Amino acid sequence: MFYIYCPHCEEHREEEEFHAAGEAHIPRPLDPESCSDKEWGEYMFFRTNPRGIHHELWVHAVGCRKFFNMTRNTQSYEILEVYKIGEKPSITSAAAKLQAQSKVQEGV
Amino acid sequence: MSDSENNSAFNYAATVNCMDQRPAQQRQIEGQSPLQHADLATLAKAQLGQTGSIQLTELKLLGHIILRGNLDNPGFSAGVKLTLGLALPGTLQMVSDADISIRWVSPDEWLVVVPGERSYEIEQALVNNLQGHCAVVNVSGGQTILRLEGEDVQKLLQKSVPLDVHPLSFPIGKVVTTVFAKTQAVISRTGDQQWELVIRRSFSDYVWLWLQDCSAEFKLVITE
Repeated sequence: MFYIYCPHCEEHREEEEFHAAGEAHIPRPLDPESCSDKEWGEYMFFRTNPRGIHHELWVHAVGCRKFFNMTRNTQSYEILEVYKIGEKPSITSAAAKLQAQSKVQEGV
Repeated sequence: MSDSENNSAFNYAATVNCMDQRPAQQRQIEGQSPLQHADLATLAKAQLGQTGSIQLTELKLLGHIILRGNLDNPGFSAGVKLTLGLALPGTLQMVSDADISIRWVSPDEWLVVVPGERSYEIEQALVNNLQGHCAVVNVSGGQTILRLEGEDVQKLLQKSVPLDVHPLSFPIGKVVTTVFAKTQAVISRTGDQQWELVIRRSFSDYVWLWLQDCSAEFKLVITE
């Protein structure tokens, strides 16, 4: 079970109160009419499904009923951060890679 | 945020229809709570004078009004203070005076509980006093309140909800919406050993059966 911090209720709650709502940061095409079938299909159905750091959309379904984003490691199941809709994640796979590289260079 | 949201010239009252759910000519028809079939009044009479470690009282036929709006909009928060005499409570807080209480539900949503016979009057006053982008909805028919009191209520809740109800993490005046058994409830601690559950009308029978089942090991007494 996850023990999730809701950024709106400002406290940790059991996973039972939440629903996962898929991958975060998927913008709807501004002009759907001009999309090709391929572009629209990719927007609708194709997700990244990464191994490692992943940004997800969750909803506090039984609590405040608000949506928020979560950065989670799909390998370790560790929740790295939660942030409100409209905010940018501070932990990304690109940032994690850079950090790992600099550690190698420093010889850590 | 749109312009209309914080524009105090935006007249909310002009955009809504406010309807009396119990007009004067129907007042002689007695209202029925969702737990009418359980006949709590008769049970309470039969148990009169008894004391139990859990006392259950239904606070029935109250007026429930949902308020939605933005705290940053002065026309909304000031209008509520002016109408109800209570300021909107912050995150997970509940405030109350003699007969009005306000529960925080979400960052832009509050539940106001008022005496049943005053619900139309207060709803109208809110509609007239609030400015800007907001909403007032009377949901009185959709839910009811159960008050639980006694030394074993905390143990009963420990069996029913997935969160910590110890006074350290659930002090008096806190309110949460959470899972209650297989349904949900807005749970608030109103006293050291006193709790209030706001439950859905359609789940009230389930909650009533659950409470009886759950308090079999304690002593449940119905009071009025």
